[in-house]
Amino acid sequence: MNLELRTLMQLIDEGLRANLPKFWAVAIECLSVGLALLAGYAVLAMLLIYVERKVCAWFQVRIGPNRVGPFGIFQTVADTLKMLLKEVIPINHVDRFLFYTAPFVVIAASMLTFAALPFAKGIQAIDFNIGVFYIMAISSISILGILLAGWSSNNKFSMIGAMRSGAQMISYELSVGLSLLAIVMLSGTMQLSTLVEQQADLWFIFQGHVPAFIAFVIYLIAGHAETNRGPFDLPEAESELTAGFHTEYSGIHFGFFYLAEYLNMFIIAGIAATVFLGGWQPLHIPGLDGFNYVMDFIPSFIWFLAKVFFLIFLSLWVRWTFPRLRIDQLLHLEWKYLMPLSLLNILIMAVLVVMGWHF
Amino acid sequence: MEVKDITLQGKGTKDIEFKDNEYLEQYLQELRANGVNIFVEKLDMLINWGRGNSVWPLTFATSCCGIEFMSVGAARYDFARFGFEVTRSSPRQADVIVVAGTIVYKMAPVLKRLYDQMADPKYVVAMGSCAISGGPFVKSYHVVNNVCDIIPVDVYVPGCPPRPEALLYGLMQLQRKMKVENFLPDAQKAQKKIRKKLKEVEVKQ
Amino acid sequence: MDLQEKIASLLPSATIEQAQYLTISVAKNDLRKAAETLRHQLGFDILWSLTGMDWGTALGVVYHLASSAKPGEIVVLKTQAEDRENPMLHTVCDLWATAELNEREVYAMFGIRFINNPDMRKLLLNENWVGFPLRKDYNADPELNPLNLHSDEVSDLRPKLVEQADGTVKEEWDEIFTNKEYIVNIGPQHPATHGVLHFRVSLDGEAIKKVDPHLGYIHRGIERMCESLTYPQMLHLTDRLDYLSAHMNRHAICMCVENALQLEIPERVKYIRTLMDELTRIASHLLAWSCMCMDMGGLTAFIYGMRDREKILSIFDDTCGGRLITNYNIIGGVMADIKPGFQKQVKEFIPYMRKMLKEHNAIYTGNVIAKNRMTGIGHMSRELSINQVVSGPSGRASGFSSDMRKHRPYGAYDKVKFNEIMRTEGDTFARYSARLEEISASLDIIEQLIDNIPEGQSLVKTKAVIRLPEGEYMEWVEAARGAFGVYICSKGEKTPYRVKFRSTGMPLVAVVDEISRDEKIADLIAIGGSLDYVVPDIDR
Repeated sequence: MNLELRTLMQLIDEGLRANLPKFWAVAIECLSVGLALLAGYAVLAMLLIYVERKVCAWFQVRIGPNRVGPFGIFQTVADTLKMLLKEVIPINHVDRFLFYTAPFVVIAASMLTFAALPFAKGIQAIDFNIGVFYIMAISSISILGILLAGWSSNNKFSMIGAMRSGAQMISYELSVGLSLLAIVMLSGTMQLSTLVEQQADLWFIFQGHVPAFIAFVIYLIAGHAETNRGPFDLPEAESELTAGFHTEYSGIHFGFFYLAEYLNMFIIAGIAATVFLGGWQPLHIPGLDGFNYVMDFIPSFIWFLAKVFFLIFLSLWVRWTFPRLRIDQLLHLEWKYLMPLSLLNILIMAVLVVMGWHF
Repeated sequence: MEVKDITLQGKGTKDIEFKDNEYLEQYLQELRANGVNIFVEKLDMLINWGRGNSVWPLTFATSCCGIEFMSVGAARYDFARFGFEVTRSSPRQADVIVVAGTIVYKMAPVLKRLYDQMADPKYVVAMGSCAISGGPFVKSYHVVNNVCDIIPVDVYVPGCPPRPEALLYGLMQLQRKMKVENFLPDAQKAQKKIRKKLKEVEVKQ
Repeated sequence: MDLQEKIASLLPSATIEQAQYLTISVAKNDLRKAAETLRHQLGFDILWSLTGMDWGTALGVVYHLASSAKPGEIVVLKTQAEDRENPMLHTVCDLWATAELNEREVYAMFGIRFINNPDMRKLLLNENWVGFPLRKDYNADPELNPLNLHSDEVSDLRPKLVEQADGTVKEEWDEIFTNKEYIVNIGPQHPATHGVLHFRVSLDGEAIKKVDPHLGYIHRGIERMCESLTYPQMLHLTDRLDYLSAHMNRHAICMCVENALQLEIPERVKYIRTLMDELTRIASHLLAWSCMCMDMGGLTAFIYGMRDREKILSIFDDTCGGRLITNYNIIGGVMADIKPGFQKQVKEFIPYMRKMLKEHNAIYTGNVIAKNRMTGIGHMSRELSINQVVSGPSGRASGFSSDMRKHRPYGAYDKVKFNEIMRTEGDTFARYSARLEEISASLDIIEQLIDNIPEGQSLVKTKAVIRLPEGEYMEWVEAARGAFGVYICSKGEKTPYRVKFRSTGMPLVAVVDEISRDEKIADLIAIGGSLDYVVPDIDR
């Protein structure tokens, strides 16, 4: 019995190639991969919103949505339906072109990053040899969308939100990059598939022990800040700027920002899982062959999703516990603590790699 | 202290029939009996289901009722159960404005603007006697005596301030109202027909 | 030499009489001299309340003064302006800063303009409001002031009356904000203003340069309405002023009427009222704590606070049928005696709340982000708090001892031992912790009283129609946000001639500008949360 998704993919691929000319087979495959990613994106976002509401309700001794379907699982379906049919208000004093482009920039950036994640063994839409670099580069485009949204809205709250967002994202991007760099140094590759394969025996967080763990923690903090979620939710700071950079957006345009926020959470957790926690690789402990053998029975996509959702749970835990940072505290945290620590960590990692002290 | 039986317009509490707005469902049944395209009808039902189960209120409160509104959002009453999960601070993203508290002359233009800034479909719940009729401040020189002079109201929730249970009930009535709405043109035609008919019946009575 | 003689020697032209308080009446021209003497030579540095009056023929102002050494010993200063067409008085806002907003209110309500007050815009009403509502000859014709649904531009010009060297008065206009400033409107609909307050904030990047509060978005004209209501009817409006200290507000007005009638109140009633006061205080402080946490982004803490508050609300619910607005005190006692289970419920609540306080401190007070956001932010000095008369926990956090429970004991407060929570730092964190500490102080008070409620009547019979003897009365309680006073002027009718409620929240709004300068926007929100104003109480 093989539960791997790859088997299914191979079956489809063989079937198509046997019955169609090569061009059409590839065309159909490309199209269906695109559609599958889009569908996966939407479903995951909806699932995440539901999960967040339930987890948040649990933290807050509430029940959370429970009227629509069993345990309220269709709550986000209802939300999406409503959002799709809500009016998109045309606003007078905005820069039309930029105002309407901004949500698409944000959602496109997160979509492109999402597409590059290795979800399971052999399930990865595109595998660059500079995968880590690609993800870093493309995910930071979303900041452009946020800045555009805030600037073009012609609203003072939006403007402040956008500026905060700019300062925040540019700062924390550094720590994200530097913490990933530590692992790139350890593994010597930027290709995501190779990164995952190298972790077959032992995850990087264990291979690189101390510096890898520090890098992991820094990545989680900085990555959490990148998602614009509490305690780093300054760009939208509900109680200060009403809704921050998307104050003027209504209907599905607001929905795009909303979806992208949740998907970014998934992406950050996905990258962390891939780079530090072995991606779709099962938990292997060298020497315990029986244990490793049992772990191999769990399909790889389940491993991946389990790791991602564990990290998302951590993120939610932080989100619903801490109060919001102030802008100066936010920048202090990055420039005075995280950033020097990351640099130091890279040095340690370099020593570790050169001396061969890693596992 | 002895609690006396309350009389309303000469009737005791036992004589007054409690009406639970059944007309809403009757109206829907009648609509269906008059023949609507099945596809349109189902689609409408789906849309209304979506809208009715995801009503995001605007964070808006002027006085005492606002505290009870907050209580409804908090742990014991938790209106997130019914899909009122996300209170939005920006009117652009909200579906329902709960007018919680007194509206005075200085506030009236602000309320109107807030309502205008909301995206369709939008709903209004007048919470508390102040919003409904001016409440205890009905004789004041600076109080708007009915919020419906400013914006159209869908549901009135009486009380001073209404208990959280009352507000929940009111919000559920709003959901019921939303579920008999018609979105698609075909159904709207049928709706008009029935409205006419209902009016005729009323006139005869 | 007692105070009366001292004043008589310093102010020979004044008429001094001993009513409920020592009352000094001066002519319009002697006002400045009298005010300066009282402020500088006799040390009356607190202006508790500034009340506009319409005596039919003349308009006037009543000042309630006290010294910060003895905030409970009050002296009344009165003056009149005979000219009804264009009444003018000298300002006292250079002596007591709190007078500035109060004089603006008097201008809106009575039309008295104050010479040298830097800001003579109408406070609670729109600038174009026709008539002065609290004057006896106010024309309430709705045609004059129709409902306007069009939002007007907010003007940043303010008039002031400047006294020239030759004694004439000239009107001047100045700008609050210049055209080049980046002004953000926080409010009227904003999640962090606790209602409908409107701050116009001038920003330099994230830093705040100036705050200009606009009030009146929930001005309901309660004082005017009281003039046409009988005393028992009036009570219902006090609950809705500061709805979070509904019970205390009503306690104050009941006490004021009872003292004027010289009604003997049974001990049982005093105990019940005190207990309910303290429960209300805990509920109010819990809500303040919750809202402050929410304003700072900690939504979970908000829900925890609301959860604990529900426990008190269910005690209220069982005792008087209301949750928020209790309608419990009436003239002569309480509406209904406490239920047999009351003591048990309260005794169960005390240990629960103590446990929860520890939890609240653990999850929020100890949090490094929260601590850094509160410590050293929004510093209010003791001088400022006295000058602006910021009473209550906010003032006590700056070291201004103003607890009316200590300085003018009422109810059963003279029978319990409790500490006035005092702090000296005066920053946001001090105000925050003062509230949490007051919760435990209130629990101690409740614990001392709950087992000792004496037997007896819960209500004294009063006459069907209550008429207060002619005179002026003012009574004070310590509400959750500070000293709350009710001033009643009676002419012996069944309705009062003039009622004034001393707003506990107005000083809190008045200090926002000064204490939030050069702080960040996020700090303004935290400062607002720590001051904990309730807007209907400010606007009345």
